[in-house]
Parts: sequence; structure tokens; C-alpha cells
Amino acid sequence: MEQYLKIENVGMTFHTRKGRFTALDDVSLDIRKGEFVTLIGHSGCGKSTLLNLMAGLDVPTSGYIFLSGRQVLGPGPDRGMVFQNHSLLPWLTCFENIYLAVERVFGGSESKPHLVGRTHEALKLVQLAHAADKRPHEISGGMKQRVGIARALAMEPKVLLMDEPFGALDALTRAHLQDELMAIVSATGSTVVMVTHDVDEAVLLADRVVMMTNGPAARIGDIVEVDLPRPRDRLKLVGDPRYVAARKAVLEFLYQKQIKHAA
Amino acid sequence: MANRAAANALRLIEPTPPVAPVPAHPSAVTLAAAADRSVATSALDDARKLRQRQETLARIVAPALGLLVFVAIWYAVSLQGSIPGPAKTWTAAKEVFGNPFYDNGPNDKGIAWKIGASLGRVGTGFGLAALVGIPLGFMIGRFTFLRRMAEPVIGLLRPVSPLAWLPIGLLVFKGAHPAAIWTIFISSIWPMIINTAVGVQRVPSDYLNVARALSLPEWKVFTKILFPAVLPYMLTGVRLSMGVAWLVIVAAEMLTGGVGLGFWVWDEWNNLKVENIIIAIFVIGAIGLALEHLLLLLAKRWQYD
Repeated sequence: MEQYLKIENVGMTFHTRKGRFTALDDVSLDIRKGEFVTLIGHSGCGKSTLLNLMAGLDVPTSGYIFLSGRQVLGPGPDRGMVFQNHSLLPWLTCFENIYLAVERVFGGSESKPHLVGRTHEALKLVQLAHAADKRPHEISGGMKQRVGIARALAMEPKVLLMDEPFGALDALTRAHLQDELMAIVSATGSTVVMVTHDVDEAVLLADRVVMMTNGPAARIGDIVEVDLPRPRDRLKLVGDPRYVAARKAVLEFLYQKQIKHAA
Repeated sequence: MANRAAANALRLIEPTPPVAPVPAHPSAVTLAAAADRSVATSALDDARKLRQRQETLARIVAPALGLLVFVAIWYAVSLQGSIPGPAKTWTAAKEVFGNPFYDNGPNDKGIAWKIGASLGRVGTGFGLAALVGIPLGFMIGRFTFLRRMAEPVIGLLRPVSPLAWLPIGLLVFKGAHPAAIWTIFISSIWPMIINTAVGVQRVPSDYLNVARALSLPEWKVFTKILFPAVLPYMLTGVRLSMGVAWLVIVAAEMLTGGVGLGFWVWDEWNNLKVENIIIAIFVIGAIGLALEHLLLLLAKRWQYD
């Protein structure tokens, strides 16, 4: 198995005022190129911490993280991050927000018209070409999140890291964006790691669902393979026995096994 | 059918609803002509126009009434004899504003020159305070060590009355004009330092996370994220500083002399021309209000929510 993103015995301990807090304890995971992995677990299980470590926003206190053979020691544009709060800069238009990322990555080697072209491509990818000159406060939450995704993808990252990107949206918008994300990911062939709370979302989108134990000192509890063909249609999957089985496995892990351990 | 005809007839006889204290409730007309949509919509139009008229009146009448009450109180106090009333002041005002640009020498110039001189001093003192205070505020907000260094000094000097700074200015700069500017500088710099520093500390971590995720270079972080995020706080500091500066200039000029609104007040007190003191008060207030509004407009321009 090709190890594109390799997480090796990673542990994370924070030094807080109240003492040491171990968020993660010995997490190991190998992610293939082009794979879609979702991270799921109860609150406080360290999912976001693990994602931040992959993004390089923190450095693990033990263990190593490698991306395409090189160790991850800090943030960089080869990992595109999509936050739960869209984190769009409110004084820039949608176009300018994406252009900021594009310029950072490609500014040194490409001409300005080229960069502008890339930005427009990214907007077209999320079907927001018409909102290019609008400011974030002029567009809806779903649209803001799409711009956030466009910004991450415009950098052509090696891996797309998403921290509950649809958590702040209503169910209908969420479903719509999940379908859009699947279409975009299959078009670009991106490797994706997504943190989510939603079991259905985790199973629908992923090739593998990584389930984490309860924190503190969380580790990977189990991994469910979702061997469903793409493109995936949520309506057709409702009755599919493999989908149902995968969903059941995740639910059992979260609500049976983990509850016992917590007690 | 008959009801509708009657309703239509009523509308023909009765002209547009009068602006009475208790107008007929519009729904009375709509209920009577429920089937006839055109009647209903024009009745709603009338209701809306009526409400708009009432709102405009409220917006103009209430403030006008407030000013009227103020003038009435002033008149009542003037009857006591110690200060002139509105009528006398109005006559004096006509004289003052009749020839605003006269120039009878270095210390006797028209009202326009007085206003210009005061604004000039405020502009210089305030401009210097902004030039020094805003960058200082950025540094104090960004670097904790500098903040801890500055805190006791700022805390100590901030509550000092501007007038206490004046003698120091006179001693160091050996002139009334630079001393006044110094006093404005040292009195109005504090809001700009403090508000800018707070703004820097309050930049939402979301935006700084974006900067980190994109690993933007430091200067780009400043121009694209830090500065625009701090701008609203900075502009509030500027507004507060402007208010202080305008207050201070009048006091400073009273003590230093020369051409200016503050000195005019003091001069006319010595001449016992009380009408001109009152005129000066109005002019000072009006200009202060205008400055505040100008800055408010500027602040609104840069709001993005």
C-alpha cells in the first residue's frame, strides 16, 4: 500500500495551566493517495488535534508525520485546510480571498494573468463564478464554505484537510455540499482527510472511516472500509446492504463500545 | 356589490386622509372593500405614506423641540440679568459673522481666522499624536513585553489633565503656539495607543489561523490581515482622540493667547462682552459636532458587516 500521508505513533500532550493534558496517545495511520478518509469520534477525542498535526499547525510531542516522504514540521500550502468557521477575510471579496492563497503558492513562478485564471477556475469548480466580487457578508453560509473549499483547492495541495466543514450549516445545504464535494474530489483526484460528527456523512463520503476512542489519550479504535462504488447517490444507498452494514459498524462503535469504555 | 359601490363612493367624497392626531385606521377601508384589490392596495399605500410622514415629522420636530426648550431655558436664565439673552446674542452674532475675514493686526482677526487657527493647531497636534500613537499601539498590541513595559507609564500619564502639561510645553518649546500643540499631542495620544493595541489583541484567531495555514510572510500578514482587522478599533481611537483634542485646544488657547477660539473666549471675558462668549460656545460646539460626524462617516466607510 502506497503511503502518501503517513502518521507514525503520533502522540500529543499539551502543557496547560492545570497540568499536562494528553490528547492523543500512539496514533498510527497510513493514507493512500486519492483516498477519502473521515475521522469520527465523540467530542474531545482529539480528531481536530490530529488534523491540526497533519496540517502542521502543531508539532506532535511524540511520533512523526510524513507527507509524500517528507516530514511535516510546520504549516504549508501542500496541505489545504478548510476550517469549520469558513475563515474568509471579511474585507476581501471572494475572488481576493482565493487569490491570496493562489498568489502565496504560485506567485513566485507564474504571471499575474495566470494567477487570476487559476482563481477563476477555483470559483468555477465550486460554482460560484457569479459571486466573485461579493464580500463574505453578502453571501450565505453554504456559499462561504464553498469559497473556503475553493481557496484550499486552488493551492493544489497534496492533501485536503477538512475540520467539520459542514457542521455549521443546515441539513439541506449540508447534503448539497456533500454531493458537490464528492464531485469535486473525483474530478481533481484529491486526497482528503475530513473530521466529522455526522455518521451518515462519514460513511457516505469516505473510502475508510477512522473511528477514534474517547479522549483523553485517544487512539484509533477501529477502521471501517466503505467499499461502495463511486459516484455515490445517497438515495440509492439507503437500501444498499453494504452502506447499512458500514453505518451499523460505525454506530455500534460510537454508541456501544465507546460508551462502555467511558463508563 | 352595494357595499363596494358605497365604499368607492366614500373614497370619492373623502379626500386623502388628513394628518390628524388620530387618523382613521386604514384597515377599516380595506375590510370594507375586501373583494376589490385595487382599493385595498391604494389604502395600504396611503397608510404607508402616512407613516412615512409621521416618521419624518418625528425626526425633525423632536430635535427642533429640544433646541427650542434649550433656548427657552436660556432666555429664562437671561432674565435674571447676569448673561445676555438669545435676542442680544443674535445681534452680536450678526456683527461677528458679518465680517468674518477682517484683519486688524496679529492678535485681532475675524472669526474665520480664529477658527482656522484653532483647527490648524488641533490638526498638527492630533496629526503628530496619530503618527506616534498608532504605530506604538500596534507594537504594544503585538509584543507582550512592550505592553508590560508601557502599561505603568500609560496608566500614570493618562489621567493627567491637559492643562498640567501646558507649563512643561511652555518651558521646553518656549512659545505659546508649540506649547499648545504639545498639550494637544500629549492629551489626545492615549486613546489612539490604547484602542489600536486592543484592536491588535482582538484580531480573531480564525484570521490568524488562515495566515498560518497559508504560511503568509510577516508583512503580508500585516497588510492583508492585521491592519484591516485593527482598522475599526483604530478609527474609534481616532474619534475619541479628536474629541479630546478639540476640548484641549480651547483650554490651552485660553492660557496661551494669540489668535484662536479659546483665546477669544478669554479675551471677551476680559472685555465683558458676554454675547461673544456665548457665540464662541456655539461655534466651538458646532465645529466639534462636525468633526465627530466626519469621522463617523469615515468609520462607516470601512465597516464590512
